[in-house]
Amino acid sequence: MRFDTPATTNPIDQLRVIGQPISRIDGPLKTTGTAPYAYERHDVVPNQAYGYVVGAAIAKGRIASIDLAQAQAAPGVLAIVTAENAGKLGKGGRNTATLLGGPAIEHYHQAVALVVAETFEQARAAASLVRVDYTRTEGAFDLAAARNSAGTPKSGFGGPPDTSVGDFAKAFAAAPVQLDETYTTPDQSHAMMEPHATIAAWDGERLTVWTSNQMIAWAAGDLAKTLGISRDKVRVMSPFIGGGFGGKLFLRADVVLAALGARAAGRPVKVALTRPLMANNTTHRPATIQRIRIGATGDGKITALGHESWSGDLPGGGPEEAVNQTRLLYAAANRMTAMRLAVLDLAEGNAMRAPGEASGMMALEIAIDEMAEKLGLDPVEFRIRNDTQVDPEQPERPFSQRRLIECLRTGAERFGWNKRQAQPGRMLDGNILVGMGVAAAFRNNLLTKSAARIRLDGSGMVTVETDMTDIGTGSYTIIAQTAAEMMGLPIEKVAVRLGDSTFPVSCGSGGQWGGNNSTAGVYAACVKLREAVAQKLGFNSAEAVFADGQVRLGNRSVSLAEAAGAEGLLAEDGIEYGDLDKKYQQSTFGAHFVEVGVDAATGETRVRRMLAACACGRILNPKTARSQLIGAMTMGVGAALTEELVVDKRTGFFVNHDLASYEVPVHADIPHQDVVFLDEVDPISSPMKAKGVAELGICGVAAAVANAIYNATGVRVRDYPITLDKLIERLPNMQ
Amino acid sequence: MPDQPTMSDVSMLVNGETRKLRLDVRTTLLDALREHLHLTGTKKGCDHGQCGACTVIVAGRRINSCLTLAVMHEGDSVTTIEGLGTPENLHPMQAAFVKHDGYQCGYCTPGQICSAVAMLDEIKAGTPSHVSADLMAQPQLTAMELRERMSGNICRCAAYPNIIDAISEVAGRKT
Repeated sequence: MRFDTPATTNPIDQLRVIGQPISRIDGPLKTTGTAPYAYERHDVVPNQAYGYVVGAAIAKGRIASIDLAQAQAAPGVLAIVTAENAGKLGKGGRNTATLLGGPAIEHYHQAVALVVAETFEQARAAASLVRVDYTRTEGAFDLAAARNSAGTPKSGFGGPPDTSVGDFAKAFAAAPVQLDETYTTPDQSHAMMEPHATIAAWDGERLTVWTSNQMIAWAAGDLAKTLGISRDKVRVMSPFIGGGFGGKLFLRADVVLAALGARAAGRPVKVALTRPLMANNTTHRPATIQRIRIGATGDGKITALGHESWSGDLPGGGPEEAVNQTRLLYAAANRMTAMRLAVLDLAEGNAMRAPGEASGMMALEIAIDEMAEKLGLDPVEFRIRNDTQVDPEQPERPFSQRRLIECLRTGAERFGWNKRQAQPGRMLDGNILVGMGVAAAFRNNLLTKSAARIRLDGSGMVTVETDMTDIGTGSYTIIAQTAAEMMGLPIEKVAVRLGDSTFPVSCGSGGQWGGNNSTAGVYAACVKLREAVAQKLGFNSAEAVFADGQVRLGNRSVSLAEAAGAEGLLAEDGIEYGDLDKKYQQSTFGAHFVEVGVDAATGETRVRRMLAACACGRILNPKTARSQLIGAMTMGVGAALTEELVVDKRTGFFVNHDLASYEVPVHADIPHQDVVFLDEVDPISSPMKAKGVAELGICGVAAAVANAIYNATGVRVRDYPITLDKLIERLPNMQ
Repeated sequence: MPDQPTMSDVSMLVNGETRKLRLDVRTTLLDALREHLHLTGTKKGCDHGQCGACTVIVAGRRINSCLTLAVMHEGDSVTTIEGLGTPENLHPMQAAFVKHDGYQCGYCTPGQICSAVAMLDEIKAGTPSHVSADLMAQPQLTAMELRERMSGNICRCAAYPNIIDAISEVAGRKT
């Protein structure tokens, strides 16, 4: 189905199942431990051996020699895979560094060997006996030091590296009120709870992997390319995924090494990355340095807006596109953005939840807060004054929906923003300095084609198959809701099967595009199935009504079970998009409000209250959508207060590569969180009229926390995370 | 030349059933459950006591099963997530997690649920926590007590408020 004109009324609008706060249909499996994750598939193939990954102990250089003799002689060892014996390997189109290093080493903990043994304990013990001698070479690990050597990257996912409208330099110089500040964000780790894991089994030339991956078709294609085998010989399955956040978008070392290990050992092999390998072996959100310049008139109208960002990556990698939102979020006649990319020899930088906007909003929304203060304006009001209803770079291009002002106003009212003291350091609760902060939330809505297959059987049961994944987002449930709504069935009559490369190719999970696009693909397949049912019954499909398990036309009514008959009916289709995302800018909006308390003696910050008001299209399931939002808000709190991969700039690696020293928020860190969804449908986004929600929730949160800390203490920190050492010496005197 | 692994027999009462295993003594309780008994509901998130995904209940107390060797549990009673309930017959805590959406990806969930069940028993027994104002008084079922006591179980999807709602409902606390 081609979607190239805005949606009109369709069966989804009935909202009998869609839009209802239905509990996840996979809930009973997940809460009883019976949902099968990658490493747990004892059921799929017998005789699985264990692989243990050895990571490089240097950041850059070469393997001078590897001595495997001791490891090979260790009890239980079946095979050892290294680049020397693995045969010729390609590199996936989406990988920057190779997934099996050697002789060249591109980053610390790059995999250099896989030891395969009868048991996990034997593989682990033998892995410690692999002796690798390295020749170390100098590398670049310090973004600030590499900043001046940064070059102009290629045009990327978010657009060109340089943009310009009007005359920024002149307008900024002429502006009566100016801000020119630099902000830094650190490297961050996805830290999903399930480590990357794969079971690989060969059947002759055919390879099957049970893995944990967000994008099944990408994984299958890149696995085939890496191994130099044909794509149709590879099957990838990933029905349950223990979190991804972008860290499982791409083929990673566990998959390739499990496949190579299984080939070498002549039997199935299972591999999980150990937790301490994950930060340096896989991808991370790259650190940024961001310079923001804002020029405004005395009454608070922005006339010049400039945003530059520097980040680093391995050779061949890409930038963190931290300037993207600045091209769209606020009006200003004169504007510029620029991205520069330095070569760094740290692990591969890549997408993490809301790549670009998450980092960019951390900086931009502090800058807006600072500017509001310079102007003597309330930061909510300053944002409202600079709203735009069109793409500021192409004014003929409107937003499909843009209700940022309503988000700000609704949020402010619900949060009690009017109780905020404009002057910092004025609210006290015992020895706690209390402050409130606000930030806009913004993330684009991306359209990607997505397909599904639907079967109706003689019992009236509908089964949906698509290679879509559920990484905790609720895909199983919203897909079931979509099929139930379309076919006029209760949700119990819908089964959903996901994450198998033999199923029709979906949009996959990433970039908050999964919910809207995957359900739109299921919608398209359901339309086809409805036509098949109607045709079989001799009904006019446009007039047939699907409700209560029946198909009705006039006074004729037939059950779906009967219509399907013993042989059943099958339909397959997908959604493809025309140019509605070119004619219209499609984005999601919100406003984050945060109250913090900062201990006046210790500088310890605690988040006391949080609220997000969001406008992001039709909410397909308010229960799971709210969970996406609060989860993202929490990750934003981590970004504000604790999360930082600390770089050892001498030897070139992330030092705090585990969950004790890379501090993600825990229960005690997170208070009650409110989420308000504005009542919005967006007929320009898809037949579902939905948009992304999962990443909007993180965009702006950290800045709202930073702004609240400033409001509490009068201390402006522009270097994340805002740890107490950055506050304590500057806290107000409490005498 | 490295030695052959040292093997040892161990017998445990797992979810009410006597299970006898012959194990490499280096096998953690977590791997004994997951790899030998195929009770994969107990998750491996970090394998060194930092995440809580492997939480099981041993002799009534919650522990990180990755931080203990299986052979140390001769004769012990071990309750895993599979021992609490089944998809068709959920334990009240499991049902509350479904109702309140106390999970997203589901990977930390069995650990959260085992931890929550044993944690409520700790409160009942009067065990104080870091946030208990009076160490001698009966701890109260406040949100802060629950949050503090559950902080060894990380949820990166961050269903935290929903988890607290689920536990509160089971504990009979008004939210």
